[in-house]
Amino acid sequence: MNEFMRRLLMLPPQASTMARSIDYLHYFVIITTMIGAAGVAALTLYFIVRYREGAGRGTNPPPDLRPHHARGGVSLWFELSVFGGLLALFVTWWVIGFSQFVRIWEPPPDSMTIYVVGKQWMWSFAYPHGGGSVGVLYVPAGRPVKLLMTSRDVIHSFYVPDFRLKADVVPGRTTQLWFEANQPGRHRIFCAEMCGPGHSEMRAEVVALPDADYERTIQGLAPAQISGPVQGLAIPFEADPPEPLSLAAMGQRVAAEAGCFRCHTVDGTPHIGPTWAGLYEATIPLQDGTQVVADDAYLTRSMMDPAAELHRGFLAVMPSYQGLLTAPQIGAIVQYIHVLGDVSRYPGEAPLPAPVRGTVPLVNPLEGTAPGEPRAAGPRAARPNPTGATP
Amino acid sequence: MTSYLTETTGIKSWLLTKDHKRIGLLFMIATALALMLGGVFALLIRFELVSPGPDFLDGLTYNQMFTHHGVVMVFLFMVPVIPTVFGNFFLPMMLGAPDVAFPRLNLASFYVYCAGAAIVLAALWFGGIDTGWTFYTPYSATSPTSVATAAFGVFVVGVSSILTGLNFIVTVHTLRAKNLRWLEMPLFVWAIYATAIIQVIATPVLGMSLLLVALDHAWGLGIFDPSMGGDPVLFQHLFWFYSHPAVYIMILPAMGVVSEVVCTFSHNRPSSYRAIAFSSLGIAFIGFLTWGHHMFVAGMSVVDVGVFGILSMMVAIFSAIKVFTWTITLKHGRIRFTTPMLYFFGFMFLFVFGGMTGVAVATSSLDVHWTDTYFVVAHFHFIMVGGTLTMYLAAIHYWFPKMFGRMYPERWGLIGAAGVILGFIFTFTPQFLLGNAGMPRRYWTYPPDYQWLNVASTAGATILALGLLVTLGYLIWALFKGPKAERNPWGSRGYEWLAPTPPPVHNFEAPLEITRGPYDYHLPET
Amino acid sequence: MTDHGHQGPAPRVAIQFQDLAKQEHAAHFGMWLFLGSELLLFAGLFGLYTAYRTRYATAFAEAVHHNALWIGTTNVVILIVSSFTVAWAVHSLRRDRRRTTLWSLAITMLLGLLFLVFKGIEYGIHFRDGVFPGHYYAYQEMPGHGAQLFFTLYYFMTGLHALHMIGGLAAIGWVAARVARGKTTAAYPIPLELGALYWHLVDSIWIFLWPMFYLTTG
Repeated sequence: MNEFMRRLLMLPPQASTMARSIDYLHYFVIITTMIGAAGVAALTLYFIVRYREGAGRGTNPPPDLRPHHARGGVSLWFELSVFGGLLALFVTWWVIGFSQFVRIWEPPPDSMTIYVVGKQWMWSFAYPHGGGSVGVLYVPAGRPVKLLMTSRDVIHSFYVPDFRLKADVVPGRTTQLWFEANQPGRHRIFCAEMCGPGHSEMRAEVVALPDADYERTIQGLAPAQISGPVQGLAIPFEADPPEPLSLAAMGQRVAAEAGCFRCHTVDGTPHIGPTWAGLYEATIPLQDGTQVVADDAYLTRSMMDPAAELHRGFLAVMPSYQGLLTAPQIGAIVQYIHVLGDVSRYPGEAPLPAPVRGTVPLVNPLEGTAPGEPRAAGPRAARPNPTGATP
Repeated sequence: MTSYLTETTGIKSWLLTKDHKRIGLLFMIATALALMLGGVFALLIRFELVSPGPDFLDGLTYNQMFTHHGVVMVFLFMVPVIPTVFGNFFLPMMLGAPDVAFPRLNLASFYVYCAGAAIVLAALWFGGIDTGWTFYTPYSATSPTSVATAAFGVFVVGVSSILTGLNFIVTVHTLRAKNLRWLEMPLFVWAIYATAIIQVIATPVLGMSLLLVALDHAWGLGIFDPSMGGDPVLFQHLFWFYSHPAVYIMILPAMGVVSEVVCTFSHNRPSSYRAIAFSSLGIAFIGFLTWGHHMFVAGMSVVDVGVFGILSMMVAIFSAIKVFTWTITLKHGRIRFTTPMLYFFGFMFLFVFGGMTGVAVATSSLDVHWTDTYFVVAHFHFIMVGGTLTMYLAAIHYWFPKMFGRMYPERWGLIGAAGVILGFIFTFTPQFLLGNAGMPRRYWTYPPDYQWLNVASTAGATILALGLLVTLGYLIWALFKGPKAERNPWGSRGYEWLAPTPPPVHNFEAPLEITRGPYDYHLPET
Repeated sequence: MTDHGHQGPAPRVAIQFQDLAKQEHAAHFGMWLFLGSELLLFAGLFGLYTAYRTRYATAFAEAVHHNALWIGTTNVVILIVSSFTVAWAVHSLRRDRRRTTLWSLAITMLLGLLFLVFKGIEYGIHFRDGVFPGHYYAYQEMPGHGAQLFFTLYYFMTGLHALHMIGGLAAIGWVAARVARGKTTAAYPIPLELGALYWHLVDSIWIFLWPMFYLTTG
């Protein structure tokens, strides 16, 4: 039955876990709409024929002096039932649709994150382990995937008809979408917001792979461009390191080059901005009194628009990195913060762990020492930072 | 006996007229030209889309075609047409007045419309625009086309709209004939009145949004530019705050025509006058609270989506009240099936279907799939063409005898109407399916599996165009060669039919004495 | 309606109006509707300001400091006095005191011009510091996005207001010419009343712009 209706209405395959329930609502709404419109048209036609002039009822109808609601031959109760019924119908659609919408928008907690960048006129993707792809989005079938998306230029819209999903991709902010492909397959991605002459050619493809194949495919991807000049910031950068680094290590390099450590520490020491130690997925209080979980999406948004959800107790002095950091660079920083999630936020409570493999020991910006090393006398004793970046 | 058509002659007497009827005809010519131009752009779109790849247009030009189609149709035709043509002509007559409150302002609003239209056309000719009629930032700030000029032109046309609305509101308040109470005015007046309120309140906000876009494009003002810390989505809020009520500007006058046509041709009073009058106001009011439904996937909060969704559905309740009332009005009537009634029948199916697909897209989860696809394109064309255009054509035929003193040929009228309605259905029904299948709107090229639906739609568009051309043809013929019309060929009880056909310069030979209601079909005509 | 004794030649009632009272009522009603639409033109801008202020609260509050409070306040005083003088003009015309009317209108226009002069001085100070609208913004002391947006909004809103000011000056000038030629008299003071209404609107808008751009330092 579902398949019959889907084909009749020319809907694409139901390739995400949400698609089928959305389609059921679709059938309900469209069938009711068609019956309603056909019914009104049929009734109109019937009345036009039945009450046409010269339909054998005498030349002039008697004067119509009956009270208002009896005149047309319908009682007030009938009218109220019609409109009450219509209202109930609309509210039903709204309730079902809204509850589905909330589920469409809220990703499950265990979703894996993939960064999406739309730009005129292509889609590029960056994966959690550091790889990247252009024009093809690789996802594992059967697992929820969360997309954090931004645009490099104008508003685009990321649309996968097979998943029944769409979200605008806006420069200056990060938007979010999640889905779970219910089986392996390929699905079209369209841009659905007018963005210039290349709008209708700004297409890509979702390739949903079985778990085993997914890991293999992902590892085989070229790294997304992470190292390299941090655009717009006049900071010298190091050449690519000789051996490949983990994504978290790359994140540390980008953070150093972008100047993050001027305000953020990684060992729990309080400073101008919140420490990154133990930050990942902690519940933090915001300026407006609410709380938020510092997950991938929050951390990404904080880099794009720091003042919007400011951690309580800190000043709004962080500049925005919108347009300065690429999506893979953001992903790398978030991964680094993720790895620091095990570091205690409260110095002195627990021994500091060994530095993350592949990262270089950092100099504490307040004291000029790396964590675990004895403090030099006096604040800011000059100890060269091995990466060459100034704290 | 001279009429408004013959009392004074010469081009100056027309171009400098202060007679609301002549101004109505001036607008009729201007808006008809706009309709034809918009139609040409539409045909170019449809013919390009016959094959999945490029045909005779390149990507930038195609984008200009749909933008030009939208801008010309919305701002130069749909928004002004019924109020400036039939509102101008008949509002004073329906109130028993000799003219509108501010006749010179009325003429000024015609020339402001012309100036705005000229600026818009200049922009279309020199450089074009390719942003879509919605001018979304940041693309509208960076597009290589004539965005600033076009946006400014639309701003000027908006001024014309505000002046017309202002004029009509004051007219209804101050020029009613001596015994004419609010709840005895013809329903067309209520429709024009509700429309005028929206025009005065909403249009300034559009004007300001477009001014910001124009300055951003021309001089880098950048209020919505993310590289300056601006928020492009704020533009969408400002734009839709006008442009959603604008769609009610487009449909309310058409609904007013429906009331007049239905009552006249079923020789019956409306089954509930107050239901129609107050639901016009209700639509105008709630229409201001629903703009966010254009932005369900633009990044609004979930709460906003919920609120805008339910409010959007509520507007449909008011429309349903009107549809119900019109249907019951037919009951126990004495119905004559003329061309206006055929258009009304088409309206009843097309507007109801279009309106209910509106409630469908207001259902938030479904809109995630449908928004920015051909489903939405089909939805709004069902309302704008199936609703407003059909009743615009019905109004031309209904009031043709009164305006020109001649009758149109009834058989040709029915043929033209059938062509328009059937052509329309074949053009836009495939587009609902295209949207379901996932074809986004504003697409110059598309995957080949969407082709057959596009071909079907183009075939329908050709029939629609033929229907409109046939209609234009016999109407022009009827203007000069149609049989002379009597004063009230339809036997309507509307007050405008009490005037001579065609009316004299100040509408009535003597000040109108209102002694009965406008739908008192149980009483003799005079 | 106002009691103005109907001195002077009987005013002409246009054919569409049933009597003079209806005509006067229509004129006033139409003007109020027009003022409403002007207010709505600015309403969208107030909304934009509110949205951006919420986002960049600190930067906006700091940027307000850069605006010269003395110029803003002087301009408020100038406009309030000019609203008084234009109201005095209406009052005088109703009592058929033509010379007082003309003097009041002249002072009103002078005050309006003075407003624009001060505005020009203020813009000059901004330009000297590199405060320009939009992408031309170059103020070194407040380089952030918040300040840039603040000043862009400042220029747009005060610029739009200044345009309306110029329109108001033209309207008052036109009415003054009519009064001088004896065409607008105590018998039919409507054009002056409507012009004065428009002037009051321009004044009121500035009274809203004043706190937004000069007073709210956080």
